[in-house]
Amino acid sequence: MSELSLERGLAAFREEIDAPVAAFFSSCIHCGLCATACPFYVETGDPKYTPILKLEPMRRVWASEFTLWGRLKGLVGLAPRVTDEMLAEWEELLYDSCSMCGRCSLVCPVGNDLQYMIRKSREAMVASGHAPEGLIGAASRAIRTGSPMGLQWKTLDVQIKHVESSAGLEVPVDKEGVEYLVLLSSMEIINFPEYLEAITKIFDHAGVTWTLSTDCYEATNAGVQIGSKDIAAELVQRVVDAAVKLRVKKVISPECGHAYTAIRWEGPNLIGKSYPFRVFHIIEVLDELRAAGRIKTEGKETDRLSMHDPCNLARKSGVIDQQRNLMNLVAENFVDLKEHGKYQWCCGAGGGVSSNERAEPLKIAAFKRKKAQIEEVSPDRMVTMCATCRTQLEEGLEEHSMDIPVVGLTEMIAEHLVEKKQPA
Amino acid sequence: MIDPMDFLLWTKGPMFDWAIAIFALGMMARLVEIFMLGRKPNYAEPRGSEWGPGFRTILTRSVADAGTFQRAPFNVVIGMIWHIGFFIALLLFIPHIELIYSVLGIRWPGLPNPAVDAVTAITILAMIGALIHRLRNPVMRHISTFEDYLVWTVTFLPLMTGYIAYHRLIDPYPLALGLHILAAEIFLIVLPFTKLTHIFTVFIARWYNGAIFGRKGVAS
Repeated sequence: MSELSLERGLAAFREEIDAPVAAFFSSCIHCGLCATACPFYVETGDPKYTPILKLEPMRRVWASEFTLWGRLKGLVGLAPRVTDEMLAEWEELLYDSCSMCGRCSLVCPVGNDLQYMIRKSREAMVASGHAPEGLIGAASRAIRTGSPMGLQWKTLDVQIKHVESSAGLEVPVDKEGVEYLVLLSSMEIINFPEYLEAITKIFDHAGVTWTLSTDCYEATNAGVQIGSKDIAAELVQRVVDAAVKLRVKKVISPECGHAYTAIRWEGPNLIGKSYPFRVFHIIEVLDELRAAGRIKTEGKETDRLSMHDPCNLARKSGVIDQQRNLMNLVAENFVDLKEHGKYQWCCGAGGGVSSNERAEPLKIAAFKRKKAQIEEVSPDRMVTMCATCRTQLEEGLEEHSMDIPVVGLTEMIAEHLVEKKQPA
Repeated sequence: MIDPMDFLLWTKGPMFDWAIAIFALGMMARLVEIFMLGRKPNYAEPRGSEWGPGFRTILTRSVADAGTFQRAPFNVVIGMIWHIGFFIALLLFIPHIELIYSVLGIRWPGLPNPAVDAVTAITILAMIGALIHRLRNPVMRHISTFEDYLVWTVTFLPLMTGYIAYHRLIDPYPLALGLHILAAEIFLIVLPFTKLTHIFTVFIARWYNGAIFGRKGVAS
């Protein structure tokens, strides 16, 4: 049984090893600098969390099967093998202690993209039966119900009604031929219903046509987080089908970093072809509207605001200036954290860590890096644009008794819209 | 007892040819092994290009970002010192240039011997510092394997024996020079089968890193 699953895992490693992976492993000099870039190492001080070490199973498969010297060593039984026990031990390293934030990939002096290889390694972990329970649950709920948290449309429908009565505006559902299909994340629907109201107001203000789809409203992809291409591809296909059915040319990923990288960068490769539409993060859309003069705001926030860049949005997707342009539109006292943009530090909850209950102590430990960053600039409030980051920031700051509220950028923009003149 | 002159001639003759052959074939094999794997097509709409950012990262990764420098100043500085020192000793010492000219037919100006001598001394000290750091730093000690210490040794020996030969610290001179040449040959033989491959593959790795990030619009 376990021999069979080990073989599947090894086959997945083999399939994932490509030229970049071979170049990366050929170049690692064991300098250990990746550890200094990792919040899980920095805040625990445990060397086993050194990022390159998390890739040891994949490295062994590469060394013993993809190099001449390794194959020679294998012939005389000298090449170390990957065992089922090893993969069991590495489950914590590849999931609990890695949010795939990619900071190590930006710091490695030989240029190894470690995050790229962690993502690949997770495919083998799933294939060999070594994925965390929490993520397995999220992935199966996503396939079954469309939501990793098991949410149903009727929950969202209740919220839509609330928004409609509170904003006095229609929330369009299943409207064909509009400009944008808007996706949400379950985390957002549960924790931050103000987001839906904010985009409803902003799009009405800017004259943007948009819609939700009853077929598919979930933007996150539990298949990408756990490392299962099959599950991930099916979840992406649901978005594609919904967009095609409604004849929409642009799809908006919500205030969620992971959802954006999943649908924007991985999605087309998961289904093996380009999309018949373009994908944007809500922040990109808002900044485009700002640049086009379609968002008119009044008044500014006067308290000291700082910002947390979601890793998936900034470092892993290049959306860095857009959120600052929007901040400057509505905040007069905005100060960046010292290391921000592509060099920002992860909140500690991404990459499936927050769906993996077992990882809770590590998630809390990793947050201390963010906490230290926030303390350096001591803002009155933090602004971010990812529901997972926001939840982690709120919980972490609360845990450390720091009275710093966290707000979503989209809702902050919505609060400053110039009121439309009511028809007489 | 082998005659020191015979030993020197052996290191300059058959052993040199073997070392060059193993190095060249081994390194060629590794490069073929890497490139044969290729990459899957990427269907995601790019935000930026790959080529330019790839080459940019080849250059920019040579210097640590400010945060990394603050968190690991010794690691960054010592690594930089001995790498630069190693290349100065290897490529700007006039007898080395003459050797390269005799094999490849190209030459460039060198540095005065006393300058290379001073650089070599600094490099030797920096390498010893790097070894001590590897043994004492918790992360480095934890991730280090036999290969790391082997590679340190075969990198250190050409420098040390070169310094010994230049200062005539071993008699007779043909023995000292022979040992230096042998150390360099061991370095070449070990190179394709250890992390020393990074001397060449670092350019490929950095290019891929820059290209992967560059495609997403991030200057890595």
